[in-house]
Amino acid sequence: MVYPVATHYPVSGARFAAQSGLKYRLARAWTVSRKIPILPTAIIGLFVLFALFAPQLSPYDPTQIALPQKLKPPIFVEGGSLAHLLGTDNLGRDVLSRLIWGSRVSLSVTGAVVVVSSLVGLLIGLASGYIGGRTDSVLMRVADGSIAFPAVLIALLFAVSLGPGVTTVILALSVLSWANYARIVLGQRLHLRQLEFIVGARVIGCSPARVMAMHLFPNLLDIWVVMITLQVGLIVLSEAALGFLGAGVPPPTPSWGSLVSDGRNLIDTAWWISFFPGLAIGLLVLSVNYLGDWLRDRMDPRLRHR
Amino acid sequence: MGRFLLTRVIQSIVTILVISMVVFLMARASGDPVVLLASDKATAQDIALLKQQLGLDQPVPIQYWVFITNAVRGNLGKSLADRGDVAQLIGERLPNSAAIGIPALFLSTVLGMAMGVAAAVKRDTWIDKSMRVVAVLGQSMPAFWVSIMAIFVFSVLLRILPTSGMGSPDHYILPIAVLTFFALPMRMRLMRSSLLEILNTEYVKQARAKGLSETAVVWRHAVRNALSPQLTSFGLTLAFAITGAVLVETVFSWPGLGLLAYQAMLARDYPLIQGTVLLVAVLTIGANLLVDVLYAYVDPRITY
Repeated sequence: MVYPVATHYPVSGARFAAQSGLKYRLARAWTVSRKIPILPTAIIGLFVLFALFAPQLSPYDPTQIALPQKLKPPIFVEGGSLAHLLGTDNLGRDVLSRLIWGSRVSLSVTGAVVVVSSLVGLLIGLASGYIGGRTDSVLMRVADGSIAFPAVLIALLFAVSLGPGVTTVILALSVLSWANYARIVLGQRLHLRQLEFIVGARVIGCSPARVMAMHLFPNLLDIWVVMITLQVGLIVLSEAALGFLGAGVPPPTPSWGSLVSDGRNLIDTAWWISFFPGLAIGLLVLSVNYLGDWLRDRMDPRLRHR
Repeated sequence: MGRFLLTRVIQSIVTILVISMVVFLMARASGDPVVLLASDKATAQDIALLKQQLGLDQPVPIQYWVFITNAVRGNLGKSLADRGDVAQLIGERLPNSAAIGIPALFLSTVLGMAMGVAAAVKRDTWIDKSMRVVAVLGQSMPAFWVSIMAIFVFSVLLRILPTSGMGSPDHYILPIAVLTFFALPMRMRLMRSSLLEILNTEYVKQARAKGLSETAVVWRHAVRNALSPQLTSFGLTLAFAITGAVLVETVFSWPGLGLLAYQAMLARDYPLIQGTVLLVAVLTIGANLLVDVLYAYVDPRITY
């Protein structure tokens, strides 16, 4: 008697499916990684390199004032030179160097906000469901409220009352962002809670903490990661907006937003001062959003075309 | 329905109160207002007198009570920077914000929905793809940078539009255009996805099977049912437009609420930014309440 062997695995790593363990996982990771969009990943990678190796990569000191060199145009415009690839600002500071150093501030603030808000949102989303009842509904109303409130205004309020600084920016942006994670975790959790393996885990006496950490969290991981990639773009844009308004990381530390603001009043004579930092913000957000959409489609085909 | 309305109104009031408490407590965190108000030469006695005048010698809950009852009466205190009445300052700026905000909201809704319908009906063609490029750009480019670049192209290079300020009808074009560009993607993406979902339903197949023209199927049967999610997302779009307005007004020196909030931030003028935030809270929460109520009328399947 020959039993039919299941050969119709819908996943691409089908032939590895029989062998579990490391070999299968490596093979699957390889199949997935070959399909990662190259251009967006490369752009993100470039900015991460900028941020990590700013001292080595930037040709000049970003805060060094050199008045004889002021308002030099970028290399591809008439009058530009190899000395300053992207030109200089009205104080003779090198635009490229400032852009490279600016990526450091923008990316580290974004990273900190993503870590803080995604963890806080995850914990609140998980815990509020367990406590349930009135606490749950109050917390979710708070989450709804903070999503529907204009982001920049809250951040301005924070900047006025706490004074501008790195901590203020991280705090303000986290306050704006956590609710998105909490809501999506809650939505998923409501659905997961009824599934048999969760009910089973509770029946055999697992503590709530164990159920959350060992059973709920692994099943929330996909959607949590997708949410992070979709939020990163928004955080980069908000951080830049705060920097632009002067409510971000205070000078002389350059951030992308404040660099755009530097060139604002010189737009009729030296467009490159504002143009390149803004282009960097746009390119990074574009790449992150593209990657986020790609990841969402891969992890949850039901969400495609939304 | 009456019960639902009542609970939603109460919820909204509670939310506004919670926001007002946060705003009030943040004011305490910003340091002693007396130090900001008193001159350098003030003696300890002067400061004590000033504290008494301002009611700052009272316990914090009583101070909050005074603050909130005054706010309800329309008294939001005095601006620290120029001693002007906060409610009056806001009242002067609000119409200017509305003058660019309302046209932008209207345009982005109409254009966004039209583009969403086109993208869904012509799915995966060049029309769909180019619409998606517009949406992705609108969601990724920083609003303040696009505003500056718009000034560069239309005012500096082409010299056809004024750079900033308010005055002739020409001054309205760039701020409204930039705001529309940013509110548009959300409308478009939502319209596209809900219409795609509806075009797959049984009743659309039925409408096609009985021989209706594609125009009738799309416009009479599908689009109408894709409208209610648009309504729900209005609150979110409004919040988004206000954030955009702060940036756009700052770049174009447009004397609206956004520019007021920016100036208040620069001057660390707490009463002024507090008043602006409170007003915006009332506006957005009110809009969300209105949307919920309208939703029940628009979609008869919804019962509360």
